[in-house]
Amino acid sequence: MTETYGLAPSQTVGPYLAIGLTRDLITPQVVDPADPRAIRIRGTLIDGAGDPVPDGMIEIWQANAAGRYNHPADDRDEPAVEDGFLGFGRSGTVDAGRFEFVTVKPGPVPWPEGGMQAPHIEVGVFARGLLKRAVTRIYFPDEEEANAADPLLSRLDEAARATLVAVAEDGGLRFDIRMQGPGHTTFFAV
Amino acid sequence: MPAEHAPFPEVVDLDRPGVDPPYDYPDYVGTRLRAPKEPLVIIPATLSEVTGPAYGESAIGELDHDLTRQHAGQPLGERIVVTGRVLGSDGKPLRGQLVEIWQANAAGRYRHDVDTHDAPLDPNFDGAGRCLTDDDGWYRFTTVKPGSYPWKNHHNAWRPNHIHFSLFGRAFTDRLVTQMYFPGDPLFEFDPIFNSIPDEKARERLISRFDLDLTQPEWALGYRWDIVLGGREATPLEDPHHD
Repeated sequence: MTETYGLAPSQTVGPYLAIGLTRDLITPQVVDPADPRAIRIRGTLIDGAGDPVPDGMIEIWQANAAGRYNHPADDRDEPAVEDGFLGFGRSGTVDAGRFEFVTVKPGPVPWPEGGMQAPHIEVGVFARGLLKRAVTRIYFPDEEEANAADPLLSRLDEAARATLVAVAEDGGLRFDIRMQGPGHTTFFAV
Repeated sequence: MPAEHAPFPEVVDLDRPGVDPPYDYPDYVGTRLRAPKEPLVIIPATLSEVTGPAYGESAIGELDHDLTRQHAGQPLGERIVVTGRVLGSDGKPLRGQLVEIWQANAAGRYRHDVDTHDAPLDPNFDGAGRCLTDDDGWYRFTTVKPGSYPWKNHHNAWRPNHIHFSLFGRAFTDRLVTQMYFPGDPLFEFDPIFNSIPDEKARERLISRFDLDLTQPEWALGYRWDIVLGGREATPLEDPHHD
C-alpha cells in the first residue's frame, strides 16, 4: 500500500499545556515510589541561552525491568509483561525547568539487526517554541559494557554519546536536556 | 570502543514530507532558543519506537468530554460540538485512543497563571477535556468556541481560534500534539505557528469543517475534524540530505 491518508501536522503545545496534559491520569510515577526497584531520574530542561524552560513537558516510554514492552508489537514469549506496568510517564517542568520521574531501570531490548540494545528510556520533549516533539534517549551510567556494545551509542562520537548517559547523583540519576549550544543533547529522528 | 559501525546518517530535520513544521522557524520567536539546531541522528524503528502507551482501559470521568458541564453553571460563549475520527495512516480507525484537549475560554483567556491577557476568566470554564475513541475511532467533545488572544510574538500578533489536541496513535513514533482551527479564520495568514507547516494542503488539514448535520438544533454548532496519525513507517534512510 502506498496510499497515504492526509496526515495531521504537528503544532506546538504552547505555554499552557499544563491545563490539558499534566493532570491526574498520566503522572511522573511510572511505578509506585514504594517499589523496592524504584529509581529517581531528575533533570532540567535548558534552552540555548542556558536558561531553564519552565513551560515544557517531558514524556518517557520504556520496557519493564525484564526488558518487555507492554504493547502488542512486542510479541515475544519472554520476558513477560508485568501486571500494572505500562512504562509511560509525564512530568511538567514548571519548577524552574526541573522534571523528575520515579520508574524502574528497564531491561535490554532487541536491536532489529540482531543483538541487544543497552537499557534505555525513550524521551519526548515538548515546549512552547517546539513546533514538534524532540526525541532523545536516557542510558544508564552503570551499564558501561552494554553501552559500549550498543549498536546505536557505539556509532556516535564521544561527545554526542555523553549527552545520552545519565549521571549518578544523590542516590538517583540526573539527566539534563539541553536544546541548543555547547553540550546540547543528541536528538533523534524516529 | 567498537568503531567498526558506520555512523548513522544525520539530517537537519526529518519531516514527514511537507507535513510537519521544521524545528527552526524564526518567525515564531519561541523557536529561536529552543529548536534543536544540530543534525538529528536517524535511528531505525526498534522495538522501543514501534511500541507505545495505550490508555484504552483508563477510567475517564463521565463529564470529561463535556467542557460545558464541569461546573455548577454554564460557561459563556458559543456552544459547539467537535467530533471526528482518529485514524492510522492506513486509514483504519484507532479504537480506545486517549484524546486530550485544552483551550482558551470564549474571551480568549486560559485558566493558567502565565496567561496575563486582559480578558476575563470564566468561573464555569476550565478548558480541559479528554475522552476515548469508540470502536470506529470517533471522539466527541462539547465545549465553547475559544476566543482569539494576543501573544506578543510580533507587533499586533493574535492567535487564530484553536483547540489543542494530544494523541498517541499505535506507537511512540505516532505521538502527536497539534491544534485544531476553525474555518474562515481571518488570522491564518498572519499566524507563524499555523504557517510553519510547509505544505498548504497539510495546513488546511488542521482546519475543522462546519457541519450542519452535526449541529444540534437550538443547542450547539457542529464541527468535524478527522485526525490521521503516523506516516513515519518508512524512514528514508537513503536520502538524509533532503531540502
